[in-house]
Amino acid sequence: MAKITFITNDEETITLEGTSGSVMALAVDNGVPGIDGDCGGVCSCATCHVHVAPEDMEKTGSASEIETDMLELDDNADEYSRLCCQIEITDAIDGVVLKVAK
Amino acid sequence: MSESTINNENCVVIGASHAGVNFAFALRREGWEGTITMIDVDPTLPYHRPPLSKAYLTSADSIEKNLLKSEESYVKENINLKLGVWVDAIDRENKKVVLADGTSLGYDKLVIATGARPIMPPIPGLDTANNLFPLRSAADVANIRNTVTANEGLRVVVIGGGYIGLETAASLKKLGADVTVLERESRILARVTAPEMSEFFQKFHADNGVAVLTEKNVVSIEYNGESNTVICSDETRYEADMVIVGVGIHVNKELAEKAGLTIENGILVNEKSQTSDENIYAIGDCTFHHNPHYNRHIRLESVQNAVDQAKIAAAAINGKDCAYDALPWFWSDQYDVKLQMVGLSQGYDEVLVRKEADKENCFSVWYFKGDTLLAVDAVNNAKSYVYGTKFIKGGEKLDKSKLSDPMAEFKPANLIAQ
Repeated sequence: MAKITFITNDEETITLEGTSGSVMALAVDNGVPGIDGDCGGVCSCATCHVHVAPEDMEKTGSASEIETDMLELDDNADEYSRLCCQIEITDAIDGVVLKVAK
Repeated sequence: MSESTINNENCVVIGASHAGVNFAFALRREGWEGTITMIDVDPTLPYHRPPLSKAYLTSADSIEKNLLKSEESYVKENINLKLGVWVDAIDRENKKVVLADGTSLGYDKLVIATGARPIMPPIPGLDTANNLFPLRSAADVANIRNTVTANEGLRVVVIGGGYIGLETAASLKKLGADVTVLERESRILARVTAPEMSEFFQKFHADNGVAVLTEKNVVSIEYNGESNTVICSDETRYEADMVIVGVGIHVNKELAEKAGLTIENGILVNEKSQTSDENIYAIGDCTFHHNPHYNRHIRLESVQNAVDQAKIAAAAINGKDCAYDALPWFWSDQYDVKLQMVGLSQGYDEVLVRKEADKENCFSVWYFKGDTLLAVDAVNNAKSYVYGTKFIKGGEKLDKSKLSDPMAEFKPANLIAQ
């Protein structure tokens, strides 16, 4: 079980609990604004962009090569950017804070 | 009550797939306070379609793992779903849709998101073949999976070497089936890619043990009570326990047509996704629309177009100033190959292939018309896909020799002509 906190573009804080699947799927299932996941989670659309809180980067890990390349589509991407369809929910990411990208 | 409020009470959406569902949620997000009712003949909660021929087919996941939105999301946003319901007609005069059970549903705004259905070609024996399926719905996948599970060493013939046919072939091979793809044209993906891409995929399938045969025009199918024989015009015969038909789609335009809306190569819509009736919008695969990047009318079968038109229609209905201006993009996953495509290559007069020096099966195909970059197909190469997207949008003139030189540094600034 992992608690994951999303901070939306309206500065709303949404904390959700998940046990498996991707962070994107959890966000979409719960209607987190700004996380669309149009491609269904195969790293093809870049519509699930989040900025991981710097202190949580160790838990989530950094973006893979294809993710980093896809993130270049978004001018707002930075070193804390991830496509959250590529973050698996496990106990290891309990407590992470993710800011939904603009 | 003023006229503008009268017009904002009931929104009905026909079709609950990518376009319809994204529209309904976008409409709420844009501030619509009236009712939203979405109707679909498919009884299953709306699901992602692209994975059906890819990861979902090879997984043991139930469709619940593949839903577009959770069931609670519809309740939360007050979106009423009428699933497993067939729409008989659109009555424009009385602004209502007539359902198959004889009841009707009034609308102030109607959205047609009816998509498309697989073509079942008039091949003799097709309707009596055993285990013959198209692949577009969750039910199709259930049928295919059941057949795979019930038969060890299943022999499969896939009719059609387009994306659906090739993805399904790759997935079924992964599940242990013996797969043959029969393509009518002289190369696979002939309608959508350059010969370089066709060659790559034909070889890649062969390397993975799938026979992809071209110039195979299927003329009949015989079923002898045990297995099917698929017979081609060159008199070759292929035994099959299961046959997959992936030869393209028919647009579901009949409702719109019967209602007298303007139809061309699909339901004609303007830049706001509005049909020839101002109270009726159409979105997704079923539309024929203008694309400003290529300055021509097109019909697209894609998630991108479904989602982008959904957002435009939702904004337009809520009175926002908006116009469709999306660059088309697509993807396909076969085996461990990720193909990403941006733009429309039709009309190209030059193709450049860029191979990455140090990586296997990592390259991109760049389609030009003169100096204008039209489209990019990227194989295991998201960088090319992303740069292609930026270059097509930005309209920069590119240095073609650097682009096709694997030793030239692959960075946007280095690829733009000086």
